[in-house]
Amino acid sequence: MSQLQNISLPRPTITPVSQPFWESIQAGHLSLQQCDKCEQWIFYPREHCPHCFHDSLTWKKASGRGRLKTWSVIHRAGHPAWQEHTPYVVGIVTLEEGPSLLTHILVEETALKHNLKVEMEISEIGPHPLPFFKKQEETK
Amino acid sequence: MASQIQGAITGIGELKPVRYSEGKTTLSLIAESVRLAIQDAGISKEDVDGLLVGPQVGETPQHVPATVSEYLGIDPTMSNTVDLGGATGPGMIWRAAAAIQAGMCETVVCVLANKNEKGETLRSPNRNPIREFDVPFGASGANTSYALIKRQHMEEYGSTQEDFARIAYWHRKNAQLNPDAIFYNKPVEVEDIIASPMIADPLHLLEIVMPVAGGAAVVVTSAEKAAEGKHKPVYLKGAGEKITHRAVSQAPSIDALPFNYSIPRALDQARTNIEDIDLFSLYDCYTSVVATTLESAGLCKPGEFGDFVKNHSFSHDGDYPLNTHGGQLGFGQADLAGGMSHVVEAVHQLRGEAGNRQIPDARQALVTGNGATLSETTALVLGGER
Ligand SMILES: [Zn+2]
Repeated sequence: MSQLQNISLPRPTITPVSQPFWESIQAGHLSLQQCDKCEQWIFYPREHCPHCFHDSLTWKKASGRGRLKTWSVIHRAGHPAWQEHTPYVVGIVTLEEGPSLLTHILVEETALKHNLKVEMEISEIGPHPLPFFKKQEETK
Repeated sequence: MASQIQGAITGIGELKPVRYSEGKTTLSLIAESVRLAIQDAGISKEDVDGLLVGPQVGETPQHVPATVSEYLGIDPTMSNTVDLGGATGPGMIWRAAAAIQAGMCETVVCVLANKNEKGETLRSPNRNPIREFDVPFGASGANTSYALIKRQHMEEYGSTQEDFARIAYWHRKNAQLNPDAIFYNKPVEVEDIIASPMIADPLHLLEIVMPVAGGAAVVVTSAEKAAEGKHKPVYLKGAGEKITHRAVSQAPSIDALPFNYSIPRALDQARTNIEDIDLFSLYDCYTSVVATTLESAGLCKPGEFGDFVKNHSFSHDGDYPLNTHGGQLGFGQADLAGGMSHVVEAVHQLRGEAGNRQIPDARQALVTGNGATLSETTALVLGGER
C-alpha cells in the first residue's frame, strides 16, 4: 500500500465565505457570523441566516467557550492519516453563543463527561491551525 | 391535505450479498437486479417506462439514468437519480408511485446496487462543509457520527451497552433463518457484541454494518395495473419523508430526530397505527439508528428503547418482528441497496412467501430508510390489501 505514504492529514477545504473564520483562527481567536436581523449566531459560515433567511451577517468575536454535548474515542480512524494518532477524542461542542461544532477534544478519556465546560485551544496537527477544545480552566 | 398515495409493488429482485465482487461493475450488478425484478413481475423490459437510480453509480458520476437506461436497453419516459443516502430505496418507491399518479409513466424500475472490491481507492475529495469542518478534526465516515449519537443517548438517558447490543443480537439471530444473509450460520450473543473491538467508543465492531457487494430492484406500477400481475400486489399505503440536516454537529436534539415526523406521517396517510404493524423493516446501519427509530415510531418513550428491547421478542414469531431477513446488521449492506433490502423483505412477508421466517398473517409492514446521520428519513407503510 504505497498509497498510504502520500496521504497527509486532510486540511480544511476553505471557501471564500469561510475565509474570515480561518483567518481568525490564525490570529488566535474564534469568530462566528451573527445575523443582523434575528441576532442568532451561525456556524458553519454561510451566505445567509439559516434561522430567518436574512442575508446580512456580521463576523464577530465569540467567547470560544462551550459545553461538551457528546464525544467518541476513535480507535479506527475513517481517514488513514489519522490512524497513527489513535486513540483520540472527537466531540460536539455547544458554544455559549448557541451553535454547535464538531471538533477534536483535548481531554483525557476518564475526565470526559456530558456538559463538561470546555474552551478553545488552537492546535496544529498537520499543516493548519485548528480550533480544538480542552477543559475550561477553573479560574474563568 | 395531501392526496392518498396510490401504487403497488409487483416485482422484486435481490442479489445474494458477497463480501467482494471480483470483476463486477456496478452497472452489471444493476442489470442482474433489474432482470430478476422484471422476471418476478412477469413483465418484459418493454413494459418498463420509468427508471429510478442511485447517485454516482460506481464508475458513473454523471448522466446516471441515461447510462443505466442504455446499459439495460430500456427507453423510459421518466427517469431520475434519487440521492437520499440510506433512505434512497424507500424514497424511490414513493417517488415511483407519485410519477405514475402524475401520468409520467406506468411502470417504474427502482434499482440500487454496488460493487465492493479489495483495496478500492477512496472517493474523490469534495468541498462541502463536512470536508471543511469535520474531516480535518479527525472525524471521517459514519462510524464517528453514529458513535456520537450513541454516546449522547447513553449520557442523556442512561441507556447501556447491553441495551444497544441486544439490537445487534436480534438482527444476527434473525439472519440465521436466511441462507442469503452474510452472517448466516454465524450467530452471536449479547456478550460477544460487547466484547467485540471498540471502533469508535462507545461503538463496537458488531454494531456496525458489514459492507458487501450486491443489489436490489423493485418494480412499481399503478394499483389497477398491479391487479393483472403474476403475484399478489403489495400496495403502498402511506409515505412520509423528512430531511433536517447533514452533519452530526447540526443534528436536532435526540428526541426530535426526523423520523419523529416521517413515521407518524406514513402511518396517518395509511390510516393505521403502530400497533397494527406486523413487520418492522427498519433501516439498521448501526444499533443507535434502530434504538432512536423505535422511539420515534412511538413504540416506547424517548430514552426507553432499552427496556422495550429487553421485554419483547423481535423474531418472526415474536410480538414485534423486526428485520426478519437479518437487516443490514445480519444480511449485509450493499451500499444504498441496503435500504432497498428492507423493502424486498416486506414484500416477501406480505406475499406470504418468506418460508421458515414467515410472520403468521402479515398484513402491514413499516419500512424505513435513513441517510447520512439520521438526516434523511423515509417511512413507508406497505400492505397486502388495497
Ligand atoms: Zn437571522
